Amino acid sequence: MASEMQLPAHEESLALREQFDTAAQQKDASTLGMWIFLITEIMFFGGLFLAYTVYRSMYPGVFAVASTSINVYWGAANTVVLLTSSLTMVLAVRAAQLGQKRLIVLFLILTLILGGVFLGVKAKEWYDKYEEHHIPGPAFHLEGLNPDNVVSQGHAQLFFSLYFAMTGLHAFHMVIGAGLLLYLIFEARKGRYTAEYNTPVDLIGLYWHFVDIIWIFLFPLLYLIDRHLGK
Amino acid sequence: MSNDVHQHIDSARTYVLVFLALICLTVATTAVAFVDLGPFSVVVALVIACCKMLLVALFFMHVRHSTRLTRLVVLGGLLWLGILLLLTLGDVMTRGWVGVPGR
Repeated sequence: MASEMQLPAHEESLALREQFDTAAQQKDASTLGMWIFLITEIMFFGGLFLAYTVYRSMYPGVFAVASTSINVYWGAANTVVLLTSSLTMVLAVRAAQLGQKRLIVLFLILTLILGGVFLGVKAKEWYDKYEEHHIPGPAFHLEGLNPDNVVSQGHAQLFFSLYFAMTGLHAFHMVIGAGLLLYLIFEARKGRYTAEYNTPVDLIGLYWHFVDIIWIFLFPLLYLIDRHLGK
Repeated sequence: MSNDVHQHIDSARTYVLVFLALICLTVATTAVAFVDLGPFSVVVALVIACCKMLLVALFFMHVRHSTRLTRLVVLGGLLWLGILLLLTLGDVMTRGWVGVPGR
């Protein structure tokens, strides 16, 4: 049977592995796989968004007071930072598609820095919540509830549990994204990504933009929609 | 199928314009949040968020250049998210509509 063993139909390269017919086919397969992963992530975050929607509809008054206690300006500034990091990420992908090896590294480093700024602001916001006793637990207390009793305080803790779970899970994705960016920068400096082969830059770009989209929904839902009631 | 995998490279100008649109939408959604629109506050905030999502997905994530199969998978994912949200909310929101015998 050894005679039936076939040699690869083409030279193997990073852009064209043996099992694919064309480089385009390999690229399409990689992109599709990444999207399927991202869809599992959508369902993962979707459960949290759903829980938030259900509890907000159950305790709208308490959730409005709790939501307005978050500083909207830090949130808006962080949104701008994250959107800017998406721009630098897509420019890194573009530089990779054009084979501009130095620009890839430059834009990836900018993206990493902006991601770090986002996490820094997030840490500052969480620390504010700690100082204000807004972390669920025995020391929890939220001012301005009406009626201000144990039950309302419990519902307010529910808001902040969801707040920390959602922003925490998002920040965790950012940390993973930062790790992936470090890997890309390391590899890009070695000149690994070219106009012919840049799939890792492209796919990690997709991941980064996905994490951006999650924040695009977290920002209005957690910071904005009850803001007019607090005035 | 074309062998050229890099047939769609958007100009840097396109990306910067999309970015500027995203920033304008962020400023708009933040500003409008302080206006009392009643129950429409949520609607406006989510419509703006969906517009931003579309801009990021279509341009930054290259969905507008992607294959039909990838687009189908993306739409399918959103469909499943819709099922998750719609059926659960359909249950939770209507629980008070019908009395439970014996309660």
